[in-house]
Amino acid sequence: MQTYQMTPLELGAKIKAKEIGVEELTAYYLNRIDAVDSDVSAFLRAEKEYAMKEAAEVQTKIDHGTLDSPLAGVPYGIKDNICTLGLETTCASKILSGFQPPYDATLVTKLKENGNVILGKTNMDEFAMGSTTETSYDGITKNPWDLSHVPGGSSGGSAAAVAGREVPFAIGSDTGGSIRQPASYCGVTGMKPTYGTVSRFGLIAYGSSLDQMGPVAPTAKDCAAILDLIMGKDPKDSTSMGMDGTMMDTIDDGAKGLKIGIPTSYFGDGLDGEVKDHVLAAAKLLADHGAEVEEFDLAMVEYAVPAYYIIASAEASSNLSRYDGVKYGYRSEDAEGLRDLYLKTRTEGFGSEVKKRIMLGAFALSSGYYDAYYNKALQVKALIKKSFDEAFAKYDVILGPVAPATAPKIGDSLKDPLKMYLSDIYTVSVNLAGLPGISLPCGFDGNGLPIGVQMIGNAFHDAIVLRAANAYQQLTDFHKQIPEIAMKGAE
Amino acid sequence: MKVTDELIDYVSSLARLSLSDDEKAKIKDEISKIIDYMDILNQVDTADVEPMSHVLPVTNVFRKDEVVPSYDRDAILANAPDSDEGAFRVPKTVE
Repeated sequence: MQTYQMTPLELGAKIKAKEIGVEELTAYYLNRIDAVDSDVSAFLRAEKEYAMKEAAEVQTKIDHGTLDSPLAGVPYGIKDNICTLGLETTCASKILSGFQPPYDATLVTKLKENGNVILGKTNMDEFAMGSTTETSYDGITKNPWDLSHVPGGSSGGSAAAVAGREVPFAIGSDTGGSIRQPASYCGVTGMKPTYGTVSRFGLIAYGSSLDQMGPVAPTAKDCAAILDLIMGKDPKDSTSMGMDGTMMDTIDDGAKGLKIGIPTSYFGDGLDGEVKDHVLAAAKLLADHGAEVEEFDLAMVEYAVPAYYIIASAEASSNLSRYDGVKYGYRSEDAEGLRDLYLKTRTEGFGSEVKKRIMLGAFALSSGYYDAYYNKALQVKALIKKSFDEAFAKYDVILGPVAPATAPKIGDSLKDPLKMYLSDIYTVSVNLAGLPGISLPCGFDGNGLPIGVQMIGNAFHDAIVLRAANAYQQLTDFHKQIPEIAMKGAE
Repeated sequence: MKVTDELIDYVSSLARLSLSDDEKAKIKDEISKIIDYMDILNQVDTADVEPMSHVLPVTNVFRKDEVVPSYDRDAILANAPDSDEGAFRVPKTVE
Protein backbone atom coordinates (compact mmCIF):
# COMPACT_ATOMS: atom_id res chain seq x y z
CA MET A 1 0.00 0.00 0.00
CA GLN A 2 1.24 3.46 -0.90
CA THR A 3 1.44 6.07 1.85
CA TYR A 4 -1.28 8.30 0.39
CA GLN A 5 -3.74 5.39 0.44
CA MET A 6 -3.49 5.22 4.23
CA THR A 7 -5.98 6.82 6.58
CA PRO A 8 -4.92 9.41 9.18
CA LEU A 9 -5.25 6.77 11.94
CA GLU A 10 -3.06 4.34 9.98
CA LEU A 11 -0.47 7.08 9.43
CA GLY A 12 -0.60 7.98 13.13
CA ALA A 13 0.10 4.35 14.04
CA LYS A 14 3.07 4.24 11.65
CA ILE A 15 4.51 7.39 13.20
CA LYS A 16 4.05 5.95 16.68
CA ALA A 17 5.82 2.74 15.58
CA LYS A 18 8.69 4.88 14.19
CA GLU A 19 8.13 3.42 10.73
CA ILE A 20 7.87 6.90 9.28
CA GLY A 21 9.11 10.27 10.52
CA VAL A 22 6.95 13.38 10.81
CA GLU A 23 9.31 15.43 8.63
CA GLU A 24 9.42 12.70 6.01
CA LEU A 25 5.61 12.47 5.98
CA THR A 26 5.18 16.24 5.86
CA ALA A 27 7.61 16.55 2.95
CA TYR A 28 5.82 13.67 1.22
CA TYR A 29 2.47 15.46 1.35
CA LEU A 30 3.98 18.81 0.33
CA ASN A 31 5.27 17.00 -2.76
CA ARG A 32 1.84 15.54 -3.37
CA ILE A 33 0.34 19.04 -3.21
CA ASP A 34 2.91 20.13 -5.82
CA ALA A 35 1.97 17.23 -8.08
CA VAL A 36 -1.81 17.11 -7.73
CA ASP A 37 -2.78 20.69 -6.98
CA SER A 38 -1.70 22.07 -10.35
CA ASP A 39 -4.84 20.31 -11.65
CA VAL A 40 -7.18 20.50 -8.65
CA SER A 41 -6.33 23.93 -7.12
CA ALA A 42 -7.59 22.93 -3.69
CA PHE A 43 -5.04 25.16 -1.97
CA LEU A 44 -4.85 28.93 -1.82
CA ARG A 45 -1.41 28.66 -0.27
CA ALA A 46 0.75 25.67 0.61
CA GLU A 47 2.96 26.64 3.55
CA LYS A 48 6.15 24.63 3.05
CA GLU A 49 8.57 26.44 5.31
CA TYR A 50 6.07 26.66 8.16
CA ALA A 51 5.10 23.00 7.81
CA MET A 52 8.67 21.68 7.80
CA LYS A 53 9.59 23.77 10.83
CA GLU A 54 6.52 22.57 12.76
CA ALA A 55 7.18 18.98 11.68
CA ALA A 56 10.69 19.06 13.16
CA GLU A 57 9.30 20.30 16.49
CA VAL A 58 6.59 17.63 16.55
CA GLN A 59 9.13 14.88 15.81
CA THR A 60 11.21 16.07 18.77
CA LYS A 61 8.18 15.86 21.06
CA ILE A 62 7.33 12.39 19.77
CA ASP A 63 10.94 11.28 20.36
CA HIS A 64 10.67 12.58 23.92
CA GLY A 65 7.41 10.68 24.40
CA THR A 66 5.38 13.80 25.24
CA LEU A 67 2.70 13.28 22.58
CA ASP A 68 0.17 10.47 22.91
CA SER A 69 -2.56 11.44 20.41
CA PRO A 70 -3.41 8.63 17.95
CA LEU A 71 -2.96 11.21 15.21
CA ALA A 72 0.26 12.83 16.48
CA GLY A 73 2.43 13.89 13.56
CA VAL A 74 -0.27 13.58 10.90
CA PRO A 75 -0.36 16.78 8.79
CA TYR A 76 -3.54 18.46 7.54
CA GLY A 77 -5.03 21.21 5.42
CA ILE A 78 -7.23 23.95 6.85
CA LYS A 79 -9.90 26.18 5.34
CA ASP A 80 -8.87 29.77 4.83
CA ASN A 81 -11.57 31.22 7.11
CA ILE A 82 -9.82 29.81 10.19
CA CYS A 83 -7.21 32.02 11.86
CA THR A 84 -3.65 30.72 11.84
CA LEU A 85 -0.90 32.66 13.57
CA GLY A 86 1.85 33.41 11.07
CA LEU A 87 -0.14 32.25 8.05
CA GLU A 88 -2.15 34.61 5.87
CA THR A 89 -5.92 34.12 6.28
CA THR A 90 -8.22 35.71 3.70
CA CYS A 91 -11.62 33.91 3.56
CA ALA A 92 -10.84 33.83 -0.19
CA SER A 93 -11.82 37.51 -0.28
CA LYS A 94 -10.04 40.56 -1.63
CA ILE A 95 -11.17 42.50 1.43
CA LEU A 96 -9.02 40.36 3.74
CA SER A 97 -6.02 40.14 1.42
CA GLY A 98 -2.79 40.15 3.36
CA PHE A 99 -4.46 39.56 6.75
CA GLN A 100 -2.02 37.98 9.22
CA PRO A 101 -4.03 36.77 12.23
CA PRO A 102 -2.42 37.78 15.54
CA TYR A 103 -3.61 34.50 17.10
CA ASP A 104 -4.45 30.87 16.34
CA ALA A 105 -8.05 29.65 16.40
CA THR A 106 -8.66 27.43 19.44
CA LEU A 107 -9.06 24.49 17.06
CA VAL A 108 -5.61 25.20 15.59
CA THR A 109 -4.08 25.47 19.07
CA LYS A 110 -5.59 22.12 20.02
CA LEU A 111 -4.33 20.37 16.89
CA LYS A 112 -0.92 21.97 17.37
CA GLU A 113 -0.77 20.65 20.95
CA ASN A 114 -1.61 17.20 19.59
CA GLY A 115 1.18 17.31 17.03
CA ASN A 116 -0.73 18.04 13.83
CA VAL A 117 1.04 20.17 11.25
CA ILE A 118 -0.72 22.57 8.87
CA LEU A 119 0.30 22.00 5.23
CA GLY A 120 -1.59 25.01 3.87
CA LYS A 121 -4.81 26.96 3.60
CA THR A 122 -7.57 25.55 1.42
CA ASN A 123 -9.83 27.35 -1.03
CA MET A 124 -13.46 28.18 -0.31
CA ASP A 125 -16.36 30.29 -1.47
CA GLU A 126 -15.74 33.90 -0.46
CA PHE A 127 -16.64 34.17 3.25
CA ALA A 128 -18.08 30.63 2.95
CA MET A 129 -21.00 32.00 0.91
CA GLY A 130 -21.63 29.55 -1.87
CA SER A 131 -22.13 25.89 -2.68
CA THR A 132 -19.45 25.40 -5.33
CA THR A 133 -16.18 27.18 -4.32
CA GLU A 134 -16.68 29.27 -7.47
CA THR A 135 -17.18 32.57 -5.58
CA SER A 136 -13.57 32.49 -4.30
CA TYR A 137 -11.67 35.67 -5.16
CA ASP A 138 -8.64 33.50 -5.97
CA GLY A 139 -10.23 31.26 -8.57
CA ILE A 140 -12.07 27.96 -8.63
CA THR A 141 -11.21 24.52 -7.28
CA LYS A 142 -11.91 21.44 -9.39
CA ASN A 143 -13.47 18.14 -8.44
CA PRO A 144 -10.73 15.47 -8.36
CA TRP A 145 -13.18 12.90 -9.78
CA ASP A 146 -13.84 15.01 -12.88
CA LEU A 147 -12.02 18.29 -13.38
CA SER A 148 -14.93 19.76 -15.34
CA HIS A 149 -17.13 19.61 -12.22
CA VAL A 150 -17.16 21.67 -9.04
CA PRO A 151 -16.00 20.17 -5.72
CA GLY A 152 -18.99 21.66 -3.92
CA GLY A 153 -18.71 24.29 -1.26
CA SER A 154 -18.06 26.21 0.61
CA SER A 155 -15.31 23.93 2.01
CA GLY A 156 -14.57 22.73 -1.54
CA GLY A 157 -10.81 23.10 -1.14
CA SER A 158 -10.75 20.97 2.02
CA ALA A 159 -12.88 18.21 0.46
CA ALA A 160 -10.98 18.20 -2.85
CA ALA A 161 -7.61 18.11 -1.04
CA VAL A 162 -8.67 15.00 0.92
CA ALA A 163 -10.20 13.36 -2.17
CA GLY A 164 -6.99 13.90 -4.18
CA ARG A 165 -5.03 12.65 -1.15
CA GLU A 166 -3.07 15.90 -1.08
CA VAL A 167 -3.57 15.80 2.70
CA PRO A 168 -4.44 12.97 5.11
CA PHE A 169 -7.32 15.08 6.48
CA ALA A 170 -8.62 18.63 6.45
CA ILE A 171 -10.71 21.01 8.52
CA GLY A 172 -13.72 22.77 7.08
CA SER A 173 -16.57 24.89 8.37
CA ASP A 174 -20.28 24.26 7.92
CA THR A 175 -22.93 27.00 8.17
CA GLY A 176 -25.57 25.37 5.96
CA GLY A 177 -23.88 22.25 4.59
CA SER A 178 -20.43 23.58 3.73
CA ILE A 179 -18.60 20.50 5.04
CA ARG A 180 -21.16 17.83 4.21
CA GLN A 181 -22.06 18.82 0.64
CA PRO A 182 -18.47 19.08 -0.70
CA ALA A 183 -17.61 15.85 1.14
CA SER A 184 -20.50 14.25 -0.74
CA TYR A 185 -19.44 15.68 -4.11
CA CYS A 186 -15.81 14.63 -3.58
CA GLY A 187 -16.42 11.12 -2.21
CA VAL A 188 -14.96 11.71 1.26
CA THR A 189 -16.34 11.75 4.79
CA GLY A 190 -17.19 15.10 6.40
CA MET A 191 -18.78 15.87 9.75
CA LYS A 192 -20.54 18.92 11.14
CA PRO A 193 -20.58 18.46 14.90
CA THR A 194 -23.35 19.64 17.23
CA TYR A 195 -23.32 23.44 17.54
CA GLY A 196 -21.11 24.30 20.50
CA THR A 197 -18.98 21.14 20.33
CA VAL A 198 -15.99 22.87 18.75
CA SER A 199 -15.02 26.38 19.87
CA ARG A 200 -15.62 28.97 17.17
CA PHE A 201 -12.87 31.24 18.50
CA GLY A 202 -10.76 32.13 15.48
CA LEU A 203 -13.32 31.00 12.92
CA ILE A 204 -14.07 34.12 10.90
CA ALA A 205 -17.80 34.60 11.39
CA TYR A 206 -20.43 34.16 8.67
CA GLY A 207 -23.64 33.13 10.49
CA SER A 208 -22.61 32.89 14.13
CA SER A 209 -25.66 30.91 15.32
CA LEU A 210 -25.05 28.32 12.59
CA ASP A 211 -21.26 28.15 12.06
CA GLN A 212 -19.38 25.08 13.24
CA MET A 213 -16.02 23.63 12.23
CA GLY A 214 -15.43 19.95 11.67
CA PRO A 215 -13.25 17.28 10.05
CA VAL A 216 -13.03 16.05 6.47
CA ALA A 217 -11.25 12.69 6.17
CA PRO A 218 -11.33 9.38 4.32
CA THR A 219 -13.37 7.60 7.03
CA ALA A 220 -15.83 8.20 9.85
CA LYS A 221 -13.39 6.65 12.32
CA ASP A 222 -10.81 9.28 11.38
CA CYS A 223 -13.45 11.98 11.85
CA ALA A 224 -14.16 10.58 15.32
CA ALA A 225 -10.48 10.68 16.27
CA ILE A 226 -10.16 14.25 14.95
CA LEU A 227 -13.32 15.41 16.74
CA ASP A 228 -11.94 14.00 19.98
CA LEU A 229 -8.96 16.34 19.53
CA ILE A 230 -10.80 19.53 18.58
CA MET A 231 -13.92 19.51 20.78
CA GLY A 232 -14.27 21.07 24.21
CA LYS A 233 -15.55 24.03 26.15
CA ASP A 234 -13.55 27.18 25.55
CA PRO A 235 -13.72 30.34 27.67
CA LYS A 236 -13.11 32.30 24.46
CA ASP A 237 -16.40 31.07 22.94
CA SER A 238 -19.30 31.40 25.36
CA THR A 239 -21.52 29.23 23.12
CA SER A 240 -19.08 26.31 23.30
CA MET A 241 -20.28 23.49 25.53
CA GLY A 242 -17.89 20.63 24.99
CA MET A 243 -19.14 17.11 25.51
CA ASP A 244 -18.65 14.23 27.92
CA GLY A 245 -16.88 11.07 26.80
CA THR A 246 -15.11 10.51 23.52
CA MET A 247 -16.23 9.70 20.00
CA MET A 248 -13.89 6.71 19.78
CA ASP A 249 -15.45 4.89 22.80
CA THR A 250 -18.49 3.67 20.87
CA ILE A 251 -17.25 3.94 17.29
CA ASP A 252 -17.10 0.16 16.77
CA ASP A 253 -20.47 -0.68 18.35
CA GLY A 254 -21.95 -1.51 14.94
CA ALA A 255 -25.35 -1.18 13.30
CA LYS A 256 -27.23 -3.63 15.52
CA GLY A 257 -29.91 -1.95 17.58
CA LEU A 258 -29.65 1.46 15.90
CA LYS A 259 -33.04 3.03 15.27
CA ILE A 260 -32.90 4.80 11.92
CA GLY A 261 -35.62 7.04 10.52
CA ILE A 262 -35.99 7.80 6.80
CA PRO A 263 -37.90 11.05 6.18
CA THR A 264 -40.22 10.35 3.24
CA SER A 265 -40.24 14.05 2.35
CA TYR A 266 -36.49 13.83 1.59
CA PHE A 267 -37.14 11.40 -1.25
CA GLY A 268 -39.80 13.23 -3.27
CA ASP A 269 -39.61 15.41 -6.36
CA GLY A 270 -36.30 17.10 -7.02
CA LEU A 271 -34.13 14.21 -5.87
CA ASP A 272 -32.06 12.58 -8.62
CA GLY A 273 -33.02 8.93 -9.21
CA GLU A 274 -29.50 7.52 -8.91
CA VAL A 275 -28.88 9.44 -5.68
CA LYS A 276 -32.18 8.17 -4.28
CA ASP A 277 -31.39 4.54 -5.13
CA HIS A 278 -27.93 4.62 -3.56
CA VAL A 279 -29.06 6.39 -0.40
CA LEU A 280 -31.92 3.93 0.11
CA ALA A 281 -29.54 1.05 -0.56
CA ALA A 282 -27.35 2.35 2.27
CA ALA A 283 -30.34 2.28 4.61
CA LYS A 284 -31.18 -1.25 3.52
CA LEU A 285 -27.64 -2.45 4.14
CA LEU A 286 -27.75 -1.14 7.70
CA ALA A 287 -31.17 -2.78 8.15
CA ASP A 288 -29.73 -6.09 6.91
CA HIS A 289 -27.11 -5.82 9.64
CA GLY A 290 -29.39 -5.28 12.58
CA ALA A 291 -30.52 -1.65 12.44
CA GLU A 292 -34.25 -0.95 12.76
CA VAL A 293 -35.10 1.21 9.78
CA GLU A 294 -38.48 2.82 9.14
CA GLU A 295 -39.91 5.66 7.13
CA PHE A 296 -41.51 8.61 8.86
CA ASP A 297 -42.93 12.03 8.12
CA LEU A 298 -40.55 14.88 8.99
CA ALA A 299 -42.49 18.13 9.11
CA MET A 300 -41.34 21.59 7.95
CA VAL A 301 -38.77 20.37 5.38
CA GLU A 302 -39.82 22.83 2.65
CA TYR A 303 -39.42 25.84 4.97
CA ALA A 304 -35.82 25.21 6.00
CA VAL A 305 -34.15 26.88 3.00
CA PRO A 306 -35.99 30.23 3.18
CA ALA A 307 -35.64 30.38 6.99
CA TYR A 308 -31.95 29.53 6.69
CA TYR A 309 -31.14 32.15 4.04
CA ILE A 310 -32.91 34.88 6.03
CA ILE A 311 -31.10 34.03 9.27
CA ALA A 312 -27.68 33.38 7.69
CA SER A 313 -27.83 36.57 5.59
CA ALA A 314 -29.00 38.66 8.55
CA GLU A 315 -26.11 37.44 10.68
CA ALA A 316 -23.71 37.90 7.77
CA SER A 317 -24.77 41.52 7.24
CA SER A 318 -24.02 42.18 10.89
CA ASN A 319 -20.78 40.16 11.06
CA LEU A 320 -19.36 41.59 7.85
CA SER A 321 -19.91 45.19 8.94
CA ARG A 322 -16.45 44.93 10.54
CA TYR A 323 -14.76 45.14 7.13
CA ASP A 324 -14.30 48.87 6.86
CA GLY A 325 -10.79 49.37 5.50
CA VAL A 326 -9.51 50.57 8.87
CA LYS A 327 -8.39 47.61 10.98
CA TYR A 328 -7.08 45.02 8.52
CA GLY A 329 -7.13 43.86 4.94
CA TYR A 330 -7.93 45.89 1.84
CA ARG A 331 -8.45 49.67 1.84
CA SER A 332 -9.65 51.63 -1.17
CA GLU A 333 -7.01 54.08 -2.30
CA ASP A 334 -9.09 56.92 -3.68
CA ALA A 335 -11.55 57.60 -0.87
CA GLU A 336 -12.43 61.09 0.29
CA GLY A 337 -13.56 61.12 3.90
CA LEU A 338 -14.54 58.29 6.23
CA ARG A 339 -17.96 57.38 4.83
CA ASP A 340 -16.50 57.27 1.34
CA LEU A 341 -13.70 55.05 2.65
CA TYR A 342 -16.25 52.53 3.98
CA LEU A 343 -18.29 52.64 0.78
CA LYS A 344 -15.40 52.28 -1.64
CA THR A 345 -13.49 49.71 0.42
CA ARG A 346 -16.54 47.47 0.79
CA THR A 347 -17.71 47.94 -2.78
CA GLU A 348 -14.28 47.13 -4.22
CA GLY A 349 -13.42 44.48 -1.61
CA PHE A 350 -16.47 42.19 -1.59
CA GLY A 351 -17.50 39.91 -4.44
CA SER A 352 -21.06 39.94 -5.80
CA GLU A 353 -22.42 36.90 -3.91
CA VAL A 354 -21.22 38.41 -0.62
CA LYS A 355 -22.74 41.81 -1.48
CA LYS A 356 -26.02 40.14 -2.32
CA ARG A 357 -26.19 38.29 1.00
CA ILE A 358 -25.20 41.35 3.00
CA MET A 359 -28.00 43.29 1.31
CA LEU A 360 -30.50 40.49 1.78
CA GLY A 361 -29.58 40.43 5.47
CA ALA A 362 -29.73 44.21 5.84
CA PHE A 363 -33.18 44.05 4.23
CA ALA A 364 -34.44 41.31 6.57
CA LEU A 365 -33.22 43.27 9.59
CA SER A 366 -34.39 46.71 8.46
CA SER A 367 -37.26 48.42 10.25
CA GLY A 368 -40.50 47.65 8.46
CA TYR A 369 -39.35 44.21 7.33
CA TYR A 370 -37.83 42.80 10.55
CA ASP A 371 -41.02 41.13 11.79
CA ALA A 372 -42.12 39.80 8.41
CA TYR A 373 -38.75 38.23 7.59
CA TYR A 374 -36.17 37.92 10.38
CA ASN A 375 -38.57 37.33 13.23
CA LYS A 376 -40.69 35.02 11.10
CA ALA A 377 -37.59 32.98 10.22
CA LEU A 378 -36.73 32.63 13.94
CA GLN A 379 -40.25 31.35 14.61
CA VAL A 380 -39.99 28.86 11.77
CA LYS A 381 -36.63 27.79 13.15
CA ALA A 382 -38.36 26.97 16.47
CA LEU A 383 -40.84 24.78 14.59
CA ILE A 384 -38.05 23.04 12.65
CA LYS A 385 -36.29 22.30 15.94
CA LYS A 386 -39.55 20.91 17.32
CA SER A 387 -40.03 18.59 14.35
CA PHE A 388 -36.51 17.19 14.87
CA ASP A 389 -37.18 16.80 18.62
CA GLU A 390 -40.22 14.67 17.78
CA ALA A 391 -38.17 12.57 15.35
CA PHE A 392 -35.35 11.97 17.83
CA ALA A 393 -37.85 10.79 20.44
CA LYS A 394 -38.20 7.76 18.13
CA TYR A 395 -34.89 7.46 16.27
CA ASP A 396 -31.14 7.54 16.98
CA VAL A 397 -30.26 8.61 13.46
CA ILE A 398 -32.08 10.23 10.55
CA LEU A 399 -30.74 9.00 7.21
CA GLY A 400 -31.17 10.77 3.89
CA PRO A 401 -29.39 12.37 0.95
CA VAL A 402 -26.84 15.19 1.31
CA ALA A 403 -27.67 16.96 -1.93
CA PRO A 404 -30.35 16.46 -4.62
CA ALA A 405 -27.76 15.49 -7.27
CA THR A 406 -24.05 14.82 -7.76
CA ALA A 407 -21.51 17.61 -8.41
CA PRO A 408 -22.68 20.05 -11.13
CA LYS A 409 -20.48 21.20 -13.98
CA ILE A 410 -18.32 24.25 -13.39
CA GLY A 411 -20.27 27.41 -14.30
CA ASP A 412 -23.75 25.87 -14.15
CA SER A 413 -24.79 26.71 -10.57
CA LEU A 414 -24.12 30.45 -10.54
CA LYS A 415 -26.44 30.94 -13.52
CA ASP A 416 -29.44 30.27 -11.29
CA PRO A 417 -28.68 31.35 -7.71
CA LEU A 418 -32.13 30.47 -6.36
CA LYS A 419 -31.77 26.92 -7.68
CA MET A 420 -28.36 26.75 -6.00
CA TYR A 421 -29.88 27.84 -2.68
CA LEU A 422 -32.65 25.25 -3.03
CA SER A 423 -30.06 22.50 -3.45
CA ASP A 424 -29.18 23.04 0.23
CA ILE A 425 -32.55 21.60 1.26
CA TYR A 426 -31.16 18.51 3.04
CA THR A 427 -28.34 20.24 4.90
CA VAL A 428 -29.49 23.65 6.21
CA SER A 429 -32.10 22.38 8.68
CA VAL A 430 -29.33 20.56 10.56
CA ASN A 431 -27.59 23.92 11.18
CA LEU A 432 -30.82 25.66 12.14
CA ALA A 433 -31.47 22.98 14.77
CA GLY A 434 -27.80 22.81 15.86
CA LEU A 435 -27.57 19.06 15.16
CA PRO A 436 -24.62 16.84 14.24
CA GLY A 437 -24.57 15.56 10.66
CA ILE A 438 -22.13 13.47 8.66
CA SER A 439 -21.79 12.90 4.93
CA LEU A 440 -20.14 9.74 3.65
CA PRO A 441 -19.73 8.07 0.27
CA CYS A 442 -22.43 5.52 -0.69
CA GLY A 443 -21.84 4.99 -4.40
CA PHE A 444 -21.20 6.60 -7.77
CA ASP A 445 -23.52 7.85 -10.49
CA GLY A 446 -23.39 6.80 -14.14
CA ASN A 447 -20.70 9.42 -14.84
CA GLY A 448 -18.45 8.16 -12.06
CA LEU A 449 -19.19 11.04 -9.69
CA PRO A 450 -19.51 10.23 -5.98
CA ILE A 451 -22.86 10.11 -4.16
CA GLY A 452 -23.09 10.84 -0.44
CA VAL A 453 -25.47 9.70 2.28
CA GLN A 454 -26.19 11.92 5.27
CA MET A 455 -26.73 10.73 8.82
CA ILE A 456 -28.11 13.20 11.35
CA GLY A 457 -28.28 12.80 15.12
CA ASN A 458 -29.81 14.58 18.05
CA ALA A 459 -27.83 17.42 19.64
CA PHE A 460 -24.77 16.11 21.50
CA HIS A 461 -25.29 12.60 20.11
CA ASP A 462 -22.38 13.00 17.70
CA ALA A 463 -20.94 9.68 18.85
CA ILE A 464 -23.95 7.70 17.65
CA VAL A 465 -23.83 9.41 14.24
CA LEU A 466 -20.16 8.47 13.91
CA ARG A 467 -20.91 4.92 15.07
CA ALA A 468 -23.63 4.54 12.42
CA ALA A 469 -21.33 5.96 9.73
CA ASN A 470 -18.48 3.68 10.77
CA ALA A 471 -20.81 0.67 10.81
CA TYR A 472 -21.72 1.44 7.19
CA GLN A 473 -18.07 1.86 6.18
CA GLN A 474 -17.17 -1.49 7.75
CA LEU A 475 -19.66 -3.04 5.30
CA THR A 476 -18.72 -1.08 2.17
CA ASP A 477 -15.66 0.15 0.31
CA PHE A 478 -16.95 3.31 -1.41
CA HIS A 479 -14.82 5.37 0.98
CA LYS A 480 -11.72 3.48 -0.18
CA GLN A 481 -12.11 4.60 -3.80
CA ILE A 482 -9.53 7.16 -4.83
CA PRO A 483 -9.75 9.29 -7.99
CA GLU A 484 -7.25 8.62 -10.75
CA ILE A 485 -5.72 12.07 -10.42
CA ALA A 486 -4.30 11.08 -7.03
CA MET A 487 -1.93 8.77 -8.93
CA LYS A 488 -0.12 11.86 -10.20
CA GLY A 489 1.59 12.28 -6.88
CA ALA A 490 2.48 8.60 -6.46
CA GLU A 491 6.15 7.86 -5.91
CA MET B 1 -43.50 41.78 -2.25
CA LYS B 2 -42.19 44.10 -4.95
CA VAL B 3 -38.53 45.02 -4.77
CA THR B 4 -38.10 48.57 -6.07
CA ASP B 5 -35.01 50.55 -7.07
CA GLU B 6 -35.61 52.71 -4.00
CA LEU B 7 -35.51 49.68 -1.72
CA ILE B 8 -32.26 48.47 -3.30
CA ASP B 9 -30.73 51.96 -2.88
CA TYR B 10 -31.89 52.11 0.74
CA VAL B 11 -30.53 48.68 1.60
CA SER B 12 -27.20 49.24 -0.14
CA SER B 13 -26.84 52.48 1.79
CA LEU B 14 -27.51 50.61 5.07
CA ALA B 15 -24.88 48.06 4.05
CA ARG B 16 -22.36 50.76 3.01
CA LEU B 17 -22.18 49.45 -0.53
CA SER B 18 -22.33 51.56 -3.67
CA LEU B 19 -23.35 49.48 -6.65
CA SER B 20 -22.83 50.20 -10.33
CA ASP B 21 -25.99 50.29 -12.45
CA ASP B 22 -25.28 46.86 -13.90
CA GLU B 23 -24.58 45.38 -10.51
CA LYS B 24 -27.69 46.99 -9.09
CA ALA B 25 -29.90 45.56 -11.83
CA LYS B 26 -28.48 42.08 -11.35
CA ILE B 27 -28.76 42.14 -7.56
CA LYS B 28 -32.28 43.57 -7.74
CA ASP B 29 -33.36 40.76 -10.03
CA GLU B 30 -31.79 38.06 -7.85
CA ILE B 31 -32.98 39.51 -4.54
CA SER B 32 -36.52 39.84 -5.96
CA LYS B 33 -36.60 36.16 -6.83
CA ILE B 34 -35.18 35.15 -3.46
CA ILE B 35 -37.58 37.33 -1.46
CA ASP B 36 -40.53 36.05 -3.53
CA TYR B 37 -39.46 32.56 -2.63
CA MET B 38 -39.02 33.45 1.04
CA ASP B 39 -42.63 34.56 1.16
CA ILE B 40 -43.56 30.86 1.28
CA LEU B 41 -42.92 31.23 5.02
CA ASN B 42 -46.25 33.08 5.21
CA GLN B 43 -47.92 29.67 4.81
CA VAL B 44 -46.66 28.70 8.27
CA ASP B 45 -48.88 29.60 11.21
CA THR B 46 -46.52 31.06 13.80
CA ALA B 47 -49.08 32.97 15.85
CA ASP B 48 -48.17 31.24 19.11
CA VAL B 49 -44.49 30.54 18.42
CA GLU B 50 -41.68 32.24 20.33
CA PRO B 51 -38.84 33.31 17.99
CA MET B 52 -35.83 31.08 18.71
CA SER B 53 -32.48 32.84 18.61
CA HIS B 54 -30.31 30.26 20.36
CA VAL B 55 -31.05 26.63 19.74
CA LEU B 56 -29.21 25.01 22.66
CA PRO B 57 -29.80 25.40 26.38
CA VAL B 58 -27.11 27.99 27.08
CA THR B 59 -27.96 31.07 29.11
CA ASN B 60 -25.89 33.62 31.00
CA VAL B 61 -22.41 32.22 30.66
CA PHE B 62 -20.40 33.90 33.39
CA ARG B 63 -16.70 34.05 34.01
CA LYS B 64 -14.54 35.57 36.70
CA ASP B 65 -13.55 39.17 36.04
CA GLU B 66 -9.84 38.53 35.90
CA VAL B 67 -7.19 40.73 34.40
CA VAL B 68 -5.33 38.90 31.62
CA PRO B 69 -2.84 40.23 29.10
CA SER B 70 -4.41 41.48 25.87
CA TYR B 71 -2.88 41.28 22.42
CA ASP B 72 0.20 43.30 21.73
CA ARG B 73 -0.81 46.66 20.26
CA ASP B 74 1.86 46.67 17.58
CA ALA B 75 0.88 43.16 16.48
CA ILE B 76 -2.73 44.29 16.05
CA LEU B 77 -1.76 47.49 14.26
CA ALA B 78 0.56 45.58 11.93
CA ASN B 79 -2.57 44.54 9.98
CA ALA B 80 -3.91 48.07 9.62
CA PRO B 81 -3.71 49.64 6.16
CA ASP B 82 -2.59 52.84 7.90
CA SER B 83 -1.56 53.58 11.47
CA ASP B 84 0.23 56.33 13.35
CA GLU B 85 1.49 56.77 16.92
CA GLY B 86 -0.15 53.57 18.16
CA ALA B 87 -3.54 54.29 16.59
CA PHE B 88 -5.51 53.41 13.46
CA ARG B 89 -5.29 56.25 10.96
CA VAL B 90 -8.38 57.21 8.94
CA PRO B 91 -9.23 60.10 6.60
CA LYS B 92 -10.14 63.38 8.26
CA THR B 93 -13.66 63.16 9.67
CA VAL B 94 -14.22 66.58 11.27
CA GLU B 95 -13.23 70.03 10.09
